[in-house]
Amino acid sequence: MLREIRPAIVLLLVLTAVTGLAYPLAMTGIAGAIFPAKAQGSLIEKDGKVVGSALIGQEFKDDKYFHGRPSATSAPDPNDSTKTVSAPYNAANSGGSNLGPTSKALADRLKEDVDKLKAENPNAAVPVDLVTTSASGLDPDISPEAAQFQVPRVAKARNMPEDTLKQLVVSATQGRLLGLLGEPRVNVLALNLALDRAAAK
Amino acid sequence: MTAIGWLQIILYCVIIVALTKPLGWYMTRVFNGERTFLSPVLRPIEAGIYWFSGVDERREQHWLTYTVSMLLFHVGGFLIIYGVMRLQAILPFNPAGQGAVAEDLSFNTAISFITNTNWQNYGGESTISYLVQMVGLTHQNFLSAATGIALAVALIRGFSRASMRTVGNFWVDVTRTTLYVLLPISVVYTLFLVSQGMPQTLGDYVEATTLEGAKQTIAVGPVASQVAIKMLGTNGGGFFNANAAHPFENPTALSNFVQMLSIFALGAALTNVFGRMVGNQRQGWAILAVMGVLFVAGVAVTYWAEASGTSTLHALGLTGGNMEGKEVRFGIVASSLFAVITTAASCGAVNAMHDSFTALGGMIPLINMQLGEIIVGGVGAGLYGMLLFVVLAIFVAGLMVGRTPEYVGKKIEAREVKMAMLAILVLPLMYLGWTAVGVVYPPAVASMTNAGPHGFTEVLYAFTSATGNNGSAFAGLTGNTFFYNLTLASAMFVGRFFMIIPAMAIAGSLAAKKSIPPSAGTLPTTGGLFVGLVVGVILIIGGLTYFPALALGPIVEHLAMNAGQMF
Repeated sequence: MLREIRPAIVLLLVLTAVTGLAYPLAMTGIAGAIFPAKAQGSLIEKDGKVVGSALIGQEFKDDKYFHGRPSATSAPDPNDSTKTVSAPYNAANSGGSNLGPTSKALADRLKEDVDKLKAENPNAAVPVDLVTTSASGLDPDISPEAAQFQVPRVAKARNMPEDTLKQLVVSATQGRLLGLLGEPRVNVLALNLALDRAAAK
Repeated sequence: MTAIGWLQIILYCVIIVALTKPLGWYMTRVFNGERTFLSPVLRPIEAGIYWFSGVDERREQHWLTYTVSMLLFHVGGFLIIYGVMRLQAILPFNPAGQGAVAEDLSFNTAISFITNTNWQNYGGESTISYLVQMVGLTHQNFLSAATGIALAVALIRGFSRASMRTVGNFWVDVTRTTLYVLLPISVVYTLFLVSQGMPQTLGDYVEATTLEGAKQTIAVGPVASQVAIKMLGTNGGGFFNANAAHPFENPTALSNFVQMLSIFALGAALTNVFGRMVGNQRQGWAILAVMGVLFVAGVAVTYWAEASGTSTLHALGLTGGNMEGKEVRFGIVASSLFAVITTAASCGAVNAMHDSFTALGGMIPLINMQLGEIIVGGVGAGLYGMLLFVVLAIFVAGLMVGRTPEYVGKKIEAREVKMAMLAILVLPLMYLGWTAVGVVYPPAVASMTNAGPHGFTEVLYAFTSATGNNGSAFAGLTGNTFFYNLTLASAMFVGRFFMIIPAMAIAGSLAAKKSIPPSAGTLPTTGGLFVGLVVGVILIIGGLTYFPALALGPIVEHLAMNAGQMF
């Protein structure tokens, strides 16, 4: 058995160097050369400043923007480091609400959000993804229905025709891959950037 | 449920079955030490590694030496992870300036990764540095996976050899698995993931100014290289807190589909390796069929439950299924399918929050783990877990007809059955025992997020996941406490090694036996009767052991939900 000690130490160190250093560092170099923008996090710049990542949701509260889904992410409380405070779309601490199907807190939150949205647009059914929090708290997408649902509010805030906005939503909608994989969706940040461009014209 | 949803599920199953044979062929060549198309490049590196570490690749080991080598290897792995976590503040590759990780959390994480569990009490982007992600976690993702595969191959050799004292050389099996199987696939896979939008950088976290003018700090890092091996090796420990639900850790529907394939690919292929090594591929297909029956049943239930939604959603007129804790790009079907796959295998990555699943939708992942993660299972661990159940099923069949049972030419006798029972019984001792403590000990009770039966399920899920070396969670449970760091670590340790040691004892004892040709009285183990028998034994043992606990958690919660009871 004693002769197994040398491989236990040396082989472990060699394989650690190969898989823990050589492999990730080499992949960082190769991926950065082939896919430079994606390897950095698909960042979007506007006027030379980073406004976000194409893949990471961000918080929209203003009526003149399309809103994303509710986010349950949190951040450390600045006054008491043992506690956390709500911090939607905190891209440095991802996570979901983790509330279960019989949770009273979840039922109350859903009811409040549904009532708010019904007041905003009484003519359409409230899309489920617009009131439920995502798993990561950073979901960049909403369903096409959830985007169409918000058209009247955005149109009013922007003083733009609803048909123009509906058209924007349609052109921002991504379908299923090969018509099969995934779900149809609208990237909220991309839609809002397109909206800003359309409004500027 | 929709037709397009079921088409995605069927496509998934078809591709897995199609991959099983070619991957099995390749892996069998690797484990037998034969030449492969990668040998011209890798063989000199492999020989160099043996020379440098003093391994004689022609010398085989007795099962005990093999097991001790494996244990020694893990002691070293533990020390490396624990060391880099405690010292990360003064080590390089720490752009976010993370401080030293606490003792109990470092201990938990080190046990978690050497046991291939990858339970996340640490918070990825908010707790650990890039160096820990690479040297601590990525390296152990490779080595714990390679170890699982090596052990499964040793057990297969036990069945396929006759009158021999040895079961292979642990160092050679681990090195070859890492170099010829895990690394090459990971390299290609990493590039694919980056092409889908997954970051691979050592740069700082990005400071963005959103369209509304708010500040957003975006965590990035060397994500893709870790995610590739995390899925392939059924490790499941996330780079980010939200794991494969995080848009950077799973950017597109395609990255999600390929991640699901990579969880099952090697585990399914090992059934073919088994068939080839015992000389009849149909033996492997029969085992895959057992796994397939249980898998499809689980997917159907979870998909149905999640698509049906909850009574809370119905009362508010919300249709479209239970989207709480799910991502839009995956929707109901890809989230349900992922949840069943990740718990059938011992992966534990999640692309949706299991804690927010419906009661019955969340019960299937729990049952998958309680059955011992034998539905394809962890790389290696799934196959040796399944073979333990096969031994038991063969024994039960033997009792029915009053003959000494035999399987692939080996007599199954008292020693094998005792060892199989020991491995199977040690698991419920951990999950049920610790859950009982967790629901009454006040500091542990304070960790629950949800009240009522759902809180109980959070605790049961945590210990089941830890013991089964899965690593997925009902993440509402605050696991990073002194109590949970230590108890979960003990569950992970016992769940891994007290399964491995009996399995290796069986390997040793089988290898030493003579091989006997099948006779008229031998139960054929390639047909539907055998598949049905094994499925039955699994469900009876699992059902008898866990039904009472499930009744207290998800089942009562489902009934309460239908009765309009909230907690």
